[in-house]
Amino acid sequence: MVVSLMQGNEAISWGALAAGCRFFAGYPITPSTEIAEMLARELPKVGGTFIQMEDEIASMAAIIGASIGGLKSMTATSGPGFSLMQENIGYAAMTEVPCVVVNVQRLGPSTGLATAAAQGDVMQTRWGTHGDHPIIVLSPTSVTQSFELTIRAFNLSERYRTPVILLTEGIIGHMREPIDLPDFDALEIVERVITDTPDHYVPFSNDLGDVPPLASFGQGYRYHITGLFHDPMGFPTQRLDEIDPWLERVHHKLDRHLDEIVMVEEDLQDDARIAIIAYGVSARGARHALKLARSQGYKVSMLTLLTIWPFPEAQVEELGDQVDRVIVPEMNLGQLALEVERMVGRKKVARVNRANGEMVTPQMILDVIES
Amino acid sequence: MAEHILGAHDLDVDEIQIPREDWFESSDTLQKLRKNKKFPTIWCAGCGIGIVMGSLIRAIDHLGLSNDEVALVSGIGCTSRMPVYMDFNTMHTTHGRALAFATGLKIARPHMQVIAIMGDGDALAIGGNHFIHAARRNIGITSIIVNNAIYGMTGGQYSPTTPVGKQATTAPYGNIEPPFPICELAIASGATYVARSTVYHVLELDKYIQEAIQKDGFSLVEAVSYCHTTYGRLNKFGTAPDMMRGLKKDSISKSAFEKLSPRERAENSKIVRGVLHVDDSREEFSRVCRQLSERVRTGGSQ
Repeated sequence: MVVSLMQGNEAISWGALAAGCRFFAGYPITPSTEIAEMLARELPKVGGTFIQMEDEIASMAAIIGASIGGLKSMTATSGPGFSLMQENIGYAAMTEVPCVVVNVQRLGPSTGLATAAAQGDVMQTRWGTHGDHPIIVLSPTSVTQSFELTIRAFNLSERYRTPVILLTEGIIGHMREPIDLPDFDALEIVERVITDTPDHYVPFSNDLGDVPPLASFGQGYRYHITGLFHDPMGFPTQRLDEIDPWLERVHHKLDRHLDEIVMVEEDLQDDARIAIIAYGVSARGARHALKLARSQGYKVSMLTLLTIWPFPEAQVEELGDQVDRVIVPEMNLGQLALEVERMVGRKKVARVNRANGEMVTPQMILDVIES
Repeated sequence: MAEHILGAHDLDVDEIQIPREDWFESSDTLQKLRKNKKFPTIWCAGCGIGIVMGSLIRAIDHLGLSNDEVALVSGIGCTSRMPVYMDFNTMHTTHGRALAFATGLKIARPHMQVIAIMGDGDALAIGGNHFIHAARRNIGITSIIVNNAIYGMTGGQYSPTTPVGKQATTAPYGNIEPPFPICELAIASGATYVARSTVYHVLELDKYIQEAIQKDGFSLVEAVSYCHTTYGRLNKFGTAPDMMRGLKKDSISKSAFEKLSPRERAENSKIVRGVLHVDDSREEFSRVCRQLSERVRTGGSQ
């Protein structure tokens, strides 16, 4: 074990390498560029490939192509580039091809403020591509978690055959913290396993549990992949008796495994009547506010959401039942607060928002606790 | 498409090396089609796209490639529906992005024959950026563009290869945008094999596709086709056979073209068919990536 001082973006890059990422396609954009720069340096050392594509649309396409070719693949971007990736994120969801997309958020809309952080893409990670689709979004609150959740993103992506988005922002991306990198060989890494013979392989089977195994191209399992609605063999279909079982499986393949997917951190206090529900960089200021409030004698609980999609409904609802007030700090004008309101009721929720590139301060949260 | 007739030029059968009996008689070619896929194809009766599919199958068969080592990647549009009918590793992706998907796949599986199949709108409008950059990198993808000068699937809108003045549903007063010359664009961008023929000259297509697959860098075959359903109807070009005859009449082989006087060449508006460009000097990109990795791992960083 070696303790290093490391940026969040560097930790993401190491996490990707530790998880077995061997292909990165990207396009430079602040504040995510360090991830591309570092993987351009490190991937060739482990036999992997870095490629700088002509835009983010191509980057997203290339990682899906490499993933179906058998390489664990990732891209990294920020708001404007993330917008360009949306169509192909939907393609990855539709075709159930694993891949990891890092969004180091910056202040938007449009070009916004490239060097200012924000949490304005929360709803875009969930609904940015057209049509209903499953998606997993993880959000780290520290450099160490940036490393850990990147590995988790790859593991969940392979396990559930779905794109996974690592949603961070410019502050944690650029902030340096000590990190104790573990021995990569000791980590639990999910690999693709395929047991069927090519003759019996059904790439989109609805009869093999929620996630049929994925065969890479070039292994002798010839099949068809399309963004059209498809039958279990991957061929386009318009038949309801083929579409409906697919919808049922794909739209519930995450819901049925929330225990494995949803991660939260609880810091609960007996008899607390106030709770803070936070994620990402806002959870850092919230933790400080929690400490200050408790030192002043307030009883406050806190729930930090590391998985933000699928939304941790059960955990939020349970905590909401125990308190009178739920404070949701966000570096946007209120996005995940909408989900909290859906679970605990609008009247209980106090939003604390800042969308000018500056962090939500502990004092802003404390003011609500004291009011 | 060319309109003027400068003279009759027959197909250069002598240039073609494929033995005739192999073209249609080989039962192996049937092994390239998917047995479990419902035919017929989605294409209109008389469409030229199926002819290109036939050429592709014969080229792959003639090269003795196994079905497992071939990957077909396409975008969106009539032409991009082609892969589903063929028993390879097939990927029907998003509009314009076939080459970007294929780039990732080629790097992951450098020993596979990765073939991208696109229409003119797919490859050159929405996908134009990927097209020039794939050629610039010289990544080992065989690209086949079926150029019918129209968006067929959406019902006949003008494309980046529709000639000026021609009717399209979005050009009700005639197209006012100049077209791209596809092959010239590929050559300027760095492609290392570029050939053009038409769906009338199917034997040439067989040969060029075969050569394009054999070339390990970025190769392009432009297969000039027609869309009688939309483009032909809007421009009163008649039936599919009429348009097929038009391809015969309005095209000229490269060898015949080169025999023309400088003035005739300058005035030529026919489709020039032939191998237009071969460059053996450039290294294939996925190999360059592997070489880089090898160099870094053995200690050299420059």
